Amino acid sequence: MNLRNTYNSGNSMPSDQLEAAIQPAAASEALGGAPVKIAARDVNVFYGEKQALFDVALDVGAQAVTALIGPSGCGKSTFLRCINRMNDTIPGCRVLGRIEIDGADVNDRGLDPVLLRARVGMVFQKPNPFPKSIFENVAYGLRIHGLANKSEVGDIVEASLKRAGLWAEVSDRLHASGSSLSGGQQQRLVIARAIAVNPEVILMDEPCSALDPIATARIEELIDELRTQYCIVIVTHSMAQAARVSQRTAFFHMGKLVEAGRTDEMFTNPRDSRTQDYITGRFG
Amino acid sequence: MLIWAALAALFLFSFAAYRLGRQRIAAMGQSARPHSRPGYHGAYVALWTAAPAAVVLFALIAFGGRIEAGLLRQDAPAAVQALSESEAQVFYDDVRVVAHGGTPSQRDYSGDLKPALAAKAAAARHIESQLLVGGLALATLLAGGGFLLAFRRLNVDFRARNRVEGWSGGLLVACSVIAVLTTVGILASLVVESWRFFAQVPPLEFLFGTDWEPQIAMRSDQVAAKGAFGAVPLFVGTFLIMLIAMLVAAPIGLFSAIYLSEYAGPRTRAWVKPLLEVLAGVPTVVYGFFAALTVGPAFRAGFNALGGMLVGGPLDGLGQYLAQVQNQMALVAGAVMGVMLIPFVSSLSDDIINSVPQSLRDGSLAMGATRSETIKNVVLPAALPGIAAALLLAVSRAIGETMIVTMAAGLQAKTTINPLDTVTTVTVQIVTLLTGDQEFDSVKTLSAFGLGLTLFVATLALNIIALRIVQKYREQYD
Amino acid sequence: MTDAATAVPAVRHNTVEAGLKARHAKERRFVLYGRLAIIVALSFLAVLLGRIVLQGYSTFIDYRVSVPVFIDPARVDPADVSGANFDVLVAQSVMKQLAVPDDDLGQNLDKVMALMSNDLGFQLLQQVKADPHLIGRTITVKGPLKADAALYFKGQIRRDSDQDTRKLDDIQLSWLDKLKATGAVTSGFNTAFFTHSDSTEPEQAGVLGAVVGSLLTLMLTAAFAVPVGVMAAVYLEEFAPKNRWTDVIEVNINNLAAVPSIIYGLLGLAVFINWLGVPRSSPLLGALVLALMALPTVIIATRSALKAVPPSIREAALAIGASRTQTVLHHVLPLAMPGVMTGSILSLAHALGETAPLLMIGMIAFVPGVPASITEAATVLPVQVFIWENASERAFHERTAAAIIVLLVFMILMNLAAILVRRRFERRW
Repeated sequence: MNLRNTYNSGNSMPSDQLEAAIQPAAASEALGGAPVKIAARDVNVFYGEKQALFDVALDVGAQAVTALIGPSGCGKSTFLRCINRMNDTIPGCRVLGRIEIDGADVNDRGLDPVLLRARVGMVFQKPNPFPKSIFENVAYGLRIHGLANKSEVGDIVEASLKRAGLWAEVSDRLHASGSSLSGGQQQRLVIARAIAVNPEVILMDEPCSALDPIATARIEELIDELRTQYCIVIVTHSMAQAARVSQRTAFFHMGKLVEAGRTDEMFTNPRDSRTQDYITGRFG
Repeated sequence: MLIWAALAALFLFSFAAYRLGRQRIAAMGQSARPHSRPGYHGAYVALWTAAPAAVVLFALIAFGGRIEAGLLRQDAPAAVQALSESEAQVFYDDVRVVAHGGTPSQRDYSGDLKPALAAKAAAARHIESQLLVGGLALATLLAGGGFLLAFRRLNVDFRARNRVEGWSGGLLVACSVIAVLTTVGILASLVVESWRFFAQVPPLEFLFGTDWEPQIAMRSDQVAAKGAFGAVPLFVGTFLIMLIAMLVAAPIGLFSAIYLSEYAGPRTRAWVKPLLEVLAGVPTVVYGFFAALTVGPAFRAGFNALGGMLVGGPLDGLGQYLAQVQNQMALVAGAVMGVMLIPFVSSLSDDIINSVPQSLRDGSLAMGATRSETIKNVVLPAALPGIAAALLLAVSRAIGETMIVTMAAGLQAKTTINPLDTVTTVTVQIVTLLTGDQEFDSVKTLSAFGLGLTLFVATLALNIIALRIVQKYREQYD
Repeated sequence: MTDAATAVPAVRHNTVEAGLKARHAKERRFVLYGRLAIIVALSFLAVLLGRIVLQGYSTFIDYRVSVPVFIDPARVDPADVSGANFDVLVAQSVMKQLAVPDDDLGQNLDKVMALMSNDLGFQLLQQVKADPHLIGRTITVKGPLKADAALYFKGQIRRDSDQDTRKLDDIQLSWLDKLKATGAVTSGFNTAFFTHSDSTEPEQAGVLGAVVGSLLTLMLTAAFAVPVGVMAAVYLEEFAPKNRWTDVIEVNINNLAAVPSIIYGLLGLAVFINWLGVPRSSPLLGALVLALMALPTVIIATRSALKAVPPSIREAALAIGASRTQTVLHHVLPLAMPGVMTGSILSLAHALGETAPLLMIGMIAFVPGVPASITEAATVLPVQVFIWENASERAFHERTAAAIIVLLVFMILMNLAAILVRRRFERRW
């Protein structure tokens, strides 16, 4: 079963349009002049008969944290999973539209999702360390992609754990099982695993929802440090978290992107009444 | 027959008791509301009427014959005492036949035995009628007494519902105790009979002896010939066939489980799973028939042809050997047993693989791993304890499987690990030792229980370990 | 705290692309192994069932011969009808029909007798016994050919094979051809297979006794195992306190479900036969053993059916003042019934196919009749299969396969019943 078989690329756009890159000018403007890393246009997602996303268009800046917020079931996670084509793994899910990373469409039939995912890391809601040692968890990506030789692996694992702020806690037990760590440590381990392959983009799907406040604070701190090197997109249900860690925010509602902009502006002066209602806690 | 009639009468009487109890409480209930509904009062009376008497009648059915036999054997005439134990058994069997008006067929009774037979038959009739009259009288007494006692207790304040529920609760407990009693029964029967076996054959000789020739002891007149009871060849044969079966079942079962749970679409699953269940539902005797009459001859023909090609060549020795391979090779029984185990391994592994959390798969796929890499590096290691347990359960099945080996493996006890050779197994020997005519107390018969005990202990250990692992595994992901 | 200064060494992404081809090839190989595994398993199933149908279907056709026999008063004494050899009479009549002379040594007679079932002679005997006036007349009897002769018509004994390797020689085969050509031999559906019990003569052996034995045993098994199993499960699931004792019962039941069936046979032999004196080989004994064997699976199936009933049902019933017993009896159990029935039918289907424990308790005996009561010696279908498989005559092999077909039909019916119950009453919460 080829991964691409489950993905129905019934792309509605004519091919000449497919080839043309998305106009960068407009996007740049939206981002206030910052370089665009991810550009999504006309993204529609269906689960079977049910449409989950409607014509989403969004630009994501490089070296910045973009938060996706909105009530449950609004499509924010679905959008996140489009970026590294994780929706391919869900039977019956169809993604239409264009999502470009550095100008290359991720939905291009010729693009191997393996290659895409090596460049786009992902952190999930529930920490999911593999049933392996801490060391092997971090080295996982290197090994499957054959990215480093034996001598390099140790260095990369150490550096990744250091970046994830976990090295000091686990340096003496690298061969203990990954699941022996606490929840917060596991989530940092998973982040270390993601950055070990040196991705360009890191997607985070509510990375702190299963953690206590102290562990959450550490992860948020880490996200802030990582933003200097990576393009980070984070889905969160906590508006406080979005305000703390992100520079830009996109608000989703009922499968539609309602509004996107600078985080501080959006939280102080939302343009859309639905955004206003949501951030003031009237629904959600 | 009379007892069954008595049971039927008891049933009718207790039904009448039920109606009487209802009527009585209904009459009482006109002035005050009774605690329990009339049906419960009726049931209470009916239970006290029927239960104690029924116990007596069933005990009479179950143990009457044994009591009679025990009484019959007291003060046996000298002529009967002179008989050997097995001859005496036949004599007493014939006594009961004669007592019921039949003709003794087993032997010619002459001399002193003839009057003894007639006398004992008369005694048997006497004992039987006494037992029956006594039992029926006791049952009648209990039924009447129970009815009167219960009936008089009824009044509006009587908590009949609680009493009846107490009875039904007791019945439920008794039913669940039957499961425990089964285990006790298995253990007791195996241990007691094995004990008698090990009194004659030392356990060490049984467990480590390499010579298995129980057939010698078949001729009971040859007291000196004891036979040899070293079970090592059987253990080796059982192990060899189990190993072959697992070599077939483990990879095929595991790969089908992986394919079905990780790759197949719902449509494929909807077709393949029931078909695999059909494979699991085919009785083992059918597999045995297939192994003996189709697979065996086919393998033999194949190997013989191969041997024929090799004869005279550089591998002449091998060719000579292959050309003479017989139907009943370990490979045939093992391979067919392996196929029988495929659905077992597959469905257990399927459950285990499905219980690996999706988040682990997502984590690996999101790292850019392909599906097979995800399965090999993440899913299977996570499922490993469960799969190991599934394989242990399959091993336990393989060594306890009887029909395939009985029909397709041999009887010759050989200590060999050559899959083309004929071997015998523990279960085959149990069947061989216990089918056909034999005396119950001979060493040969008892040795079957020794083998049974060994088999039970081995499979029980495997099952306990496997179930423990599965339980721990479930807790990990629940 | 975090060491932001430590840069993660850059990895070479172009190497990912380089390895892709090999990795996808591995992926395809892996999927192929999975497909192969399933294909192997299913094709084995196809071969197994196909072989059995091919080996067995011919049993359902039989070849019957009709012979006009003159009941010679010189040979049959009305005072002693049973003393006459009707088999020889039949054979001689056939020889007359074929215009085969009798030789001095009686070799031809023997050869003809080897073709005719002694059922023919038996029929004559019965008819003449019932009506001695038939002596001196010609009666036409119709009955089966001997199994070997039938095998020739079924193509399993071939004329072109070496005469010494087959049971019938060329002369016998030519007689058979002649009988067929004159219309004395006709073929039809083999009803005898379903109306006869076991016999030492293959052409007269049928499955009736085994089917009746199986049904008796199965009904008794159900009568023992289902109520006891359901009540035990109800106790464990609905009433039992959580303590060491119930833990012991629980572990014990799970282990019992995995005990080899032959061990139950040993239990039956030691406890039921030798201790309780239950008659050997009887359906009652077989049912007791099978019931103990089926009990754990019935309990496990019932418990999972009870577990599937949502707690809200129990709470609702208890809240309106029903006792625990009433709650279970009136609300929980009826809702769990489809699951209980499905589980019970499936474990009974399993018991129907079980052979090994029944061999231990003597059900392997040759039983030529239909068991009249539950304490009489009987045999069951799977054991009949085992017995016939052991028989050396080739004609029994096709009957073994046919008996398997009958057994499988029963099992399919039971499984269909289970599926129907599940479909009809399935309820999702």
